[in-house]
Amino acid sequence: MTLLSIRNMKTDIGQYAVLHDISFDVPEGGVFVLLGRNGAGKTTTLRSIMGLWKPSPGSVLFKGEDITSHHTADIARKGIAYVPENMGIFGTLTVDENLILATTSGRFDPARLARIHALFPALEQFRDKQAWSLSGGQKQMLSVARAIIEPRALILIDEPTKGLAPSIVDAMAGAFREIAQTTTILLVEQNFTFARSLGRDMAVIDDGRVAHSGSMEDFAADTALQDRLLSLSA
Amino acid sequence: MNALTETLGQKLGRAGGVNLLPLVVAAVAFVLIGAPSSWVTLTVAGLAMGMMLFLMASGLSLVFGLMDVLNFGHSAFVSFGAFISATVLAGLGGWLTADSWVLNSLALAAAYLAAICFGLVAGWFFETVIIKPVYRDHLRQILITIGAMIVAEQTILAFWGGTPLSVARPNFLEGSWIIGDVSIEIYRAFAFALGAVVFIMLYLVLNRTRIGLLIRAGVENREMVEALGFRVDRLFVGVFMLGSALAALGGAMWAGYETLITPALGGQLMIVVFIVVIIGGLGSIEGTLLGAILVGLMTNYIGFLAPKLALASNMILMVAILLWRPNGLRPAVK
Repeated sequence: MTLLSIRNMKTDIGQYAVLHDISFDVPEGGVFVLLGRNGAGKTTTLRSIMGLWKPSPGSVLFKGEDITSHHTADIARKGIAYVPENMGIFGTLTVDENLILATTSGRFDPARLARIHALFPALEQFRDKQAWSLSGGQKQMLSVARAIIEPRALILIDEPTKGLAPSIVDAMAGAFREIAQTTTILLVEQNFTFARSLGRDMAVIDDGRVAHSGSMEDFAADTALQDRLLSLSA
Repeated sequence: MNALTETLGQKLGRAGGVNLLPLVVAAVAFVLIGAPSSWVTLTVAGLAMGMMLFLMASGLSLVFGLMDVLNFGHSAFVSFGAFISATVLAGLGGWLTADSWVLNSLALAAAYLAAICFGLVAGWFFETVIIKPVYRDHLRQILITIGAMIVAEQTILAFWGGTPLSVARPNFLEGSWIIGDVSIEIYRAFAFALGAVVFIMLYLVLNRTRIGLLIRAGVENREMVEALGFRVDRLFVGVFMLGSALAALGGAMWAGYETLITPALGGQLMIVVFIVVIIGGLGSIEGTLLGAILVGLMTNYIGFLAPKLALASNMILMVAILLWRPNGLRPAVK
């Protein structure tokens, strides 16, 4: 079943046309990976889905409903969480305040909080610390934890491994696998090894267009296609 | 040498850091002034002035921090607050001069309440009609809010005339307390106490409630708060109304402090209010209080020690602090 459907999306930022024609479907469950070179339009795609930049023309359908013109806050309330590339952490708030802000009721569900602390033990250790004092990896954990503090249907995650130590990347992969058991993840990633270990389906964006889409297994097996679209060994 | 500076910095940070600045300024002034009684009088005057400036500046700081809106029309709320409260006090003259502190207090409360209500309604109107169409466009914001300030000033002129208006004070706030050879004006002590109560309430709202959490988060990263499912634009209307009401209350208190007000009052105070906001760090309530207290103390100390430098003292203070901390003393975003 299709959870999210992007149709002929075109997005301009100021006078620059960044996305020219983006169409792909994200099935419910598992991890869908968006790959592409730097500046291809991956982040713009996520921001357009979230309503932070408005596509025109084109449409974003979530569970069959057209959410293209909805306000970002209303899109989030429909069950889409967003983990931006810069993590979007509120540095002056404590770890717990960052998390509680992401709840609709203003209260923690103890079971979900325990699950988050099991996934990311550092967040329990530093729960009263101001978020600016956390390390880069801990901030990324907090950003992901904020997205799963309440049940969501879809999480958009933008380059979560950027600048992280290999041990943290491994921990993050484990966490994503567990999250993907109950929530669909749309992951933008440049680290192909990381993306391949998680993704079931994928699409490659090149110069604001979808250059390829299909299963990750097939893409991983086709090194010529990888070279052409991602310049992995070019 | 670097290690020594770092250790000293850490020690100062643990002791209170920049929060100690008013104490340092007061201690230096104590040595320079020499006479303890004058120093106490000036310090109380500085603290009272600082608290009133804090009320006027806090809303402006939050509005800029939350929505990146430069509101030069903020002075209109200060001026209207002063004139409305003066008019209410004049209308309740019998209660003001009565030999009953209950009636005195009721008259003062009615004047402040009228100013606050005006601030809330005018703030809603100002945000909806004037500010909303120019979000994210600083040049238009400056032009339209300066225009609104001029219109507001002219409206005051049309209603109250250009002659300075005398402001009555309630009986129980007249006079001074004499302790030894120290004289403390009662109204100044009252202004300080009322400002402190408002600061504590504001601090509790910002730090102990969900709406406060949203405001603090919005000041830091508005887009992310929206991505978490909250309409910051709706929150902003509330913050703008609150800021306008606080400015009107500050104006009402300033009217009682000066006892003679003109339509230019708000415009004249705005320069100092902007200095307070810049010194404190945009979007930070604690920073605004710190900046306001520093400006209040410096104005009074320099006015006594070197009257010719009084006008320039706040500018010098601002330049010195910005050279040391370009984002202000306690910026909201780290």
